[in-house]
Amino acid sequence: MEGAHAPESGGLGARSERGGVTAGLGVGYARASRPGPDSVAVARSADPMPLKKVYEARIDYLQIMDEHGKLDEKLAKGIDGKPVLSDDEVLELYRFMVKCRALDEVAFKLQRSGRMGTYPQNKGQEAAAIGSGYAAKRGVDWLVPCYRENAALFMHGLPMHYVLLHWMGDERGNQIPEGVCQTPLCIPIGTQMLHATGIAWAFKMRKEPRVAITYFGDGATSEGDFHEAMNFASVFATPTVFFCQNNHWAISVPRESQMASETVAQKALAYGMPTIQVDGNDLFAVYKATKEAVDRARGGGGPSFIEAVTYRLADHTTADDARRYRDEKEVEAWRGKDPVIRLRKYLEAKGMWDDAKQGALEDEAKPMVAAVVKSAEGIEKPSVEDFFDHTFAALPRELELQRRTMQTHSLGQDPEQAGLRGVAERA
Amino acid sequence: MANLTLVQAITLALQQEMAKDSRVVILGEDVGMNGGVFRVTEGLLKQFGPERVIDTPLAESGIMGTAIGLAMAGMRPVPEIQFEGFLGPAYDQLVNHAARYRTRSRGAITVPLTVRVPVGGGIHAPELHSDSPEAIYAHQPGLKVVMPCTPYDAKGLLISALRDPDPVIFFEPKRVYRSFREEVPEEEYMIPIGQAKVVTEGTDLTVVSWGASVFQCLEALDALPEDVSVELIDLRSIYPLDLDTVVQSVQKTRRCVIVHEAPKTSGFGAELSALIQENCFLHLEAPVQRVTGFDTVMPYYKLELDYLPNAERIGGAIGQCLAY
Repeated sequence: MEGAHAPESGGLGARSERGGVTAGLGVGYARASRPGPDSVAVARSADPMPLKKVYEARIDYLQIMDEHGKLDEKLAKGIDGKPVLSDDEVLELYRFMVKCRALDEVAFKLQRSGRMGTYPQNKGQEAAAIGSGYAAKRGVDWLVPCYRENAALFMHGLPMHYVLLHWMGDERGNQIPEGVCQTPLCIPIGTQMLHATGIAWAFKMRKEPRVAITYFGDGATSEGDFHEAMNFASVFATPTVFFCQNNHWAISVPRESQMASETVAQKALAYGMPTIQVDGNDLFAVYKATKEAVDRARGGGGPSFIEAVTYRLADHTTADDARRYRDEKEVEAWRGKDPVIRLRKYLEAKGMWDDAKQGALEDEAKPMVAAVVKSAEGIEKPSVEDFFDHTFAALPRELELQRRTMQTHSLGQDPEQAGLRGVAERA
Repeated sequence: MANLTLVQAITLALQQEMAKDSRVVILGEDVGMNGGVFRVTEGLLKQFGPERVIDTPLAESGIMGTAIGLAMAGMRPVPEIQFEGFLGPAYDQLVNHAARYRTRSRGAITVPLTVRVPVGGGIHAPELHSDSPEAIYAHQPGLKVVMPCTPYDAKGLLISALRDPDPVIFFEPKRVYRSFREEVPEEEYMIPIGQAKVVTEGTDLTVVSWGASVFQCLEALDALPEDVSVELIDLRSIYPLDLDTVVQSVQKTRRCVIVHEAPKTSGFGAELSALIQENCFLHLEAPVQRVTGFDTVMPYYKLELDYLPNAERIGGAIGQCLAY
């Protein structure tokens, strides 16, 4: 493909040349560049009708902190010359990352011990969730997730036990509290991006400086709704950030079988949308790219696409067994790129962290997680009337009758059948 | 008070509600510059501008999904699906999200949207421009489904739909879009969703119908002998249903014929039959009859008038039901 540049194997360690980026789009963002009127006509032969280049594309890959925790100091700074994340912020985000990981591991155990239903672990994708979540404004911007970015949801005010409630078969886990700007977990794949586009569109219509960021996986980009969302967002320039967690697997289907595109990021080129591929396990890169996208959207610059290259360290869900279809060597290699491990290495190298602090953090995390589980399990069982009560704002007659009698057969609903009453009266 | 067609009554309702409530936005294919392929949204782009009357890309799921997002974020979107046959791509968003969001989030997030869809046959249209899928959506909990067939009803029901806090599918019977005019008040008025209308009163038999079929029923009634007195009910609302009006009528007349364009099997007439026999069992003098489309794919228009319930078939069913 003329002009396109793609890292090998979905971005594993590959790094494209930086620079030559379209002006005003920040680091690494690629958009199609249309050659001007004086563009060079490429003559293929003595053909009197030479071909003219009308479109050129490239995808850039951003990594700031590698898997060893080594930071590119220059890239780690914003245009203002200041670090995109202060030491204090990195520390706070690391601590949060460890706590989310701890909760995720306990959630797995809850399922295995029969205390919770099927659960999709978020393990390995914490930097993608936290780095991006941190870039959006809590209480202002909306998050429109699927189900593998819990950490972002928590950062934006979702009580942690709500996620457990969802997977425990309780809709109260979806009852987003007032002032918390997010949609509940979304089960039908690839359908939520349209909602994010609509929500962002409402912000634009009302001239509110707010952004909607939506999360989805590599598999979701095969769904038609993804493309419709990207198209609508671009055509109407909605303040939407499309954040794809490319974790390489859609249950058992690897990315290479999911699409023929070299990268997921390049799908955005078709919509004229600024797009970038980032190391999804690098908190700095994720944060920087997302912050630029969010700022662009908030400033009226329209939607952006981010492909966060990461890896699903656990199975698709607790009902899955990835050993059936994944090479253990591949998983082992990605364990080496674990976002938590590399961030810890970074902090230790800077003298900001050590084993004692890690121990203390883990000791803090345990009771925190236990309290979350207690909140989820301690909730009283919902009453059966509950499944009626939120069907509509006001229940129609038949539904009200079903709710009152908990029956659907007519004799059970009203033994004194109107028909019988009429007969009795006539007798 | 003006004499308006169904199209004009809908345009008026949209125009008045948009003037009153800045949250109401229209979106769909060809609704803006073109005023809608049936001209239902004619003049609205000029009056309200492109931010409120939006020409979308050709993508029904996209239209429905973004409308859902708009509704969730506090707007009152009115997505148009150009013909009922194209609801297919929007089905997932409609039944898996619009219908479910209130339940899913226990009321924290709701979807107040009104989907406008021309419906039904009889206009010599191409394939998938003449179907009647109301039963499919009546079957999905969380959706309201209405189908007015007169200008007066259309304005009143549309305003109710636009103000409803839940998703409403507003079916517009295209066969009668311009077939007659009636007086429609200039001022706003609402017809509650879930309220049927007794079109003509009678004592011998009840006919229940909705959509353009109501007019086929009126034609059939005209051809009946003088001494036969038929009560005709226009449901107007498929879900929620005004069961009381139907039950009261059938308990009085003891015989019922249901008429709809949609295919017989699992059509809404089946639901109505079940409800009637549950509530009027000891009153019925004859089995409830259904005059409907056949259980075939809607044919191309050369044969559509043979497919759709007509006055002859309806009159025949009434006669046989009376004679039972």
